[in-house]
Amino acid sequence: MSGYRLSDGGLTDRGTTLRFSFDGTAMSGHSGDTIASALLANGVRIVGRSFKYHRPRGLWGAWVEDPNGIVDVAWNGRTTPNLRATTEPLINGQEVRSVNAAPTAAGDRWRKLDLVSRFLPAGFYYKTFMWPRWERYEPRIRALAGLGRLDPGHEPAADCAQVNARCDLLVVGAGPAGLAAARAAAARGETVLLVDDQDAPGGALRWRGGTIAGSDWRDWAEDAVSTIKAAGGRVLFRTTAYGVYDHGLVCAWRRREAGPDQLWRIRPGRTLLAAGAIERPLTFADNDRPGVMSADAALRYLRLYAVVAGRRIAVATNNDAAYPVAAALAQAGADVSVLDSRDDSLAMAECALAVERNTLPSAALGQEDLTGVLAGDLRLEADTLLVSGGWTPTIHLWRHAGGGLRYDERLAAFLPEGGMPAMRVAGAANGAFGLAAALADGHAAGGDDGPAPPVGEGHASYAIRPAWPDPAGSGRAWIDQQSDVTVKDVALAAREGFRSVEHLKRYTTLGMATDQGKTSNMAGLAAMASITGRAIPEVGTTTFRPPYVPVPLPVIAGRRRGQLFNPPKRLELEGRHREAVAGLREYGGWLRPSWYGADGAAAIDAEARAARRAVGLLDASPLGKIEVIGPDAAALLDFECYNRVSTLKVGRARYVLMLTEAGIVYDDGVVMRLAEDRFIVSCSSAHVAGVRMRLEEWRQDRFDPARVFIHDATAHWATIAATGPKSRDLLEATLPALPRQALDLAHMAVTETALDDAPLRIARVSFTGERSYELSVPQSAAAALWDRLTAGLATLGGCRLGLEALLILRAEKGYPIIGKDTDGLTMPHDLGMTGPMKKREDEFAGRRALFTPQARGADRRQLVGLAVDESAEPLPTGAHGYAPSGGRRRSIGYVTSSYLSPELGRPIALALIENGRERLGERIPLVHLDATFEAMVTSPVAYDPAGMRLDA
Amino acid sequence: MFLIPCPYCGERDQSEFAYAYQAHVHRPKDPDRLTDKEWADFVFIRDNPKGVFAERWIHAAGCRRYFNLMRNTATDEILAVYRIDEPQPKVEPALPATPSGEAPIGSGNDAVKVVKPAERGS
Repeated sequence: MSGYRLSDGGLTDRGTTLRFSFDGTAMSGHSGDTIASALLANGVRIVGRSFKYHRPRGLWGAWVEDPNGIVDVAWNGRTTPNLRATTEPLINGQEVRSVNAAPTAAGDRWRKLDLVSRFLPAGFYYKTFMWPRWERYEPRIRALAGLGRLDPGHEPAADCAQVNARCDLLVVGAGPAGLAAARAAAARGETVLLVDDQDAPGGALRWRGGTIAGSDWRDWAEDAVSTIKAAGGRVLFRTTAYGVYDHGLVCAWRRREAGPDQLWRIRPGRTLLAAGAIERPLTFADNDRPGVMSADAALRYLRLYAVVAGRRIAVATNNDAAYPVAAALAQAGADVSVLDSRDDSLAMAECALAVERNTLPSAALGQEDLTGVLAGDLRLEADTLLVSGGWTPTIHLWRHAGGGLRYDERLAAFLPEGGMPAMRVAGAANGAFGLAAALADGHAAGGDDGPAPPVGEGHASYAIRPAWPDPAGSGRAWIDQQSDVTVKDVALAAREGFRSVEHLKRYTTLGMATDQGKTSNMAGLAAMASITGRAIPEVGTTTFRPPYVPVPLPVIAGRRRGQLFNPPKRLELEGRHREAVAGLREYGGWLRPSWYGADGAAAIDAEARAARRAVGLLDASPLGKIEVIGPDAAALLDFECYNRVSTLKVGRARYVLMLTEAGIVYDDGVVMRLAEDRFIVSCSSAHVAGVRMRLEEWRQDRFDPARVFIHDATAHWATIAATGPKSRDLLEATLPALPRQALDLAHMAVTETALDDAPLRIARVSFTGERSYELSVPQSAAAALWDRLTAGLATLGGCRLGLEALLILRAEKGYPIIGKDTDGLTMPHDLGMTGPMKKREDEFAGRRALFTPQARGADRRQLVGLAVDESAEPLPTGAHGYAPSGGRRRSIGYVTSSYLSPELGRPIALALIENGRERLGERIPLVHLDATFEAMVTSPVAYDPAGMRLDA
Repeated sequence: MFLIPCPYCGERDQSEFAYAYQAHVHRPKDPDRLTDKEWADFVFIRDNPKGVFAERWIHAAGCRRYFNLMRNTATDEILAVYRIDEPQPKVEPALPATPSGEAPIGSGNDAVKVVKPAERGS
């Protein structure tokens, strides 16, 4: 128990007390606390157990860089796993639980596992899960590792809005550099979007403080924010720009105080990255002990939350940035001593505290908690050890965008190298360390050539002397705390040949945890450099990939979930269908009635019978209605279709296939000729978009686009099909104003007329084999027409027809559904349509492919029917026909459609069977899963093979 | 998500467009004169370069017109946009600079973009 809160100071609202619990123990904090600051204030040291070895872990950082503070948080009856304690705001009533620990982080029952750590080296899983039957013990080993527990009952709402934004300049980071740049750009009239992941401007100024332009930095920051807003810009806090994507797209996750999170998709003219820098750890034995913490984080806890990390504090550093931390903690009442790897420095000379020069820790002492520091012969009692190993510029977004890096020896850091037209880096992220340098860099990056605002004293020094991991050091020195990777693991990886930094990462999982190695990657590659005798830049960095921080999936998914994931197209008549108790399902992207009535099976049976005996009424509105208009329309359709279209007479319709250039059947449909230069392509409802696209490409590529137009009117017209022997009676009875010649239309004829002042198109096209009329009207007239037609059904013994019954009716007739009864190998002659390929001499899409050896082969799978015993169950769709072949079964095709035919009173099936038409009458064996069947190959047409009923 | 400059409508989000494969693939005038292999090559074989690629797009949720654009497939930089009846413009093949000198085909792993000490000052 070491951390505590001072009686005053900090930015939290001491007037509000928030109750929460950690591992079951009641605690309290204030509004404005993070979970981490509240835990620290309550004296919690062990916040979790490490991923692999169950070692005790405490807070190392204070923000996104922290590798250890991963917690599950239950609030409002739901548990969200793996939240980061350092960035998660404290809320009243939160139940916080540590991860990978049971029952508590402090009393974890697996805490002794670390004693056998030498049996769990780098690559342990790779080496272990390969023995015979590894799956037997894998679950038990897995259970020992891992992070939070998923709450299956927690389904977050799909309420995260996604906002598209543009701006002249996007500034990432509202620290001194970002504010200076945004202010300068706004002063020049640019629209600036400034985003920062904290809840107020200032960046590190918020805990390091400073004087800018002669007064407190807050005045200057406030003025900068007003300048941005006055120029039409925006400032978004609690907003993390987490990734740069194609063409400069920047995605940002915005957390709001009230209301759901948002995803911002920003298209900036230019982006300025001013994301600052992250403090590095020092590497020594047991440097992961709870109580070892980033010096900068300790200052942050002190200034923002008035929380002091410990009482007896040792500060170990290799640079000047830790000195203000030591001074501030001493002033706050802690007993502070300093270890410095250097012999002398500006800050050291000015330091009032005792400094051990040329000294760095060699080991942390203590088992579950820090008790002291060992530095060579020096033994120091301490409950807290603050470390600063230097600073790593936060250049993630620069690398996402493809920017280069160079290694700067003076700063011992990778810095942006070269230019990119749409992105710049400024401030500490650009190696401009210290307030004056950062301000000047940002000011210039904002486009102001004049002098930057002056700053007060005491911010100039850094003077790092690199302290990289020592491969020869004794004990276990941690590089990546979240992934449990030590210096020895890096050495092992190098010995086993994983010397490339990308291999090192994957083999040891260094940098692969949720913190993405923000504090560990530099130490890892420096260790590899030292072990393999290379320079740090020779080892290089791993690829930086978005996101910079873990982004909740609901933010990325936005509202595209559930019904809105892939919204179905809705019928104009959906309300009418619902009134008639339709079971609605999605067919080819449309929500359509499967059947009408509560009992699906009975309804399908009755509807199919009614269509054969009397009349069925089908909402066929999704059928394609692509108009092809113009003097070259016939020529375009001749090219598009396998069947010739230009020979079609006005007022007639023709069934056509459309092929890919590989000769494969792409779709089928009916083409109607309404005038010499006007056609309607009524393709399958699922293929409308694709057919339209094909027509457009041919039109723009092969034809004069001024002589033929494509207009997809599918959504503008409703189509109602009356099918059955009494369809004519239904029209006659319910639409008395219909002209006689419309009723007398021949099969495959089409006419345009009018009904109640609305245009009406009638086509005699049948998908059931029965006499059928397709009536198409503008959507506005659909309900009236439907009402009139349905009113006449009962008298005639007819009924509404759902899709399921229709599928049976068409299968009885052997009418294929393209994509269901055909596959990616099916050519027109496999469906028995050989006429055009024999007769046509003009060119059409896919023609050449019909004359290849493969297309002419004798073993093609052809569409046939399959008959089983009348009393048998229908064959399973997907069952394979087979031929015995050397003791094994060789597939000769499969069942594509299978139903129990109500009219025939027996099962029917369609199948693609190798050389099927020559097998007519042959009995073939079939297999599905473990069951076998036998069926006779028949014609695909099971009902009315002579086609007598089309005009019945 | 690309930002695509439609030659007819201006810059629009990629979600408004559909990809239509390699540009300048001309359908053979007389397919019957082609061998089976030549026809199969026309149907199936397309270039897949790492670098500058001329490809066809359609502004499907916009003007619905096809156009060609030239894109550096390694960086997704769009180098030129033109009508489908226009000849392919000359662009500078600005291939990505890979210090390791990796081949213009391959995994596209550009992990090591660090200027090495030996290259400094050269």
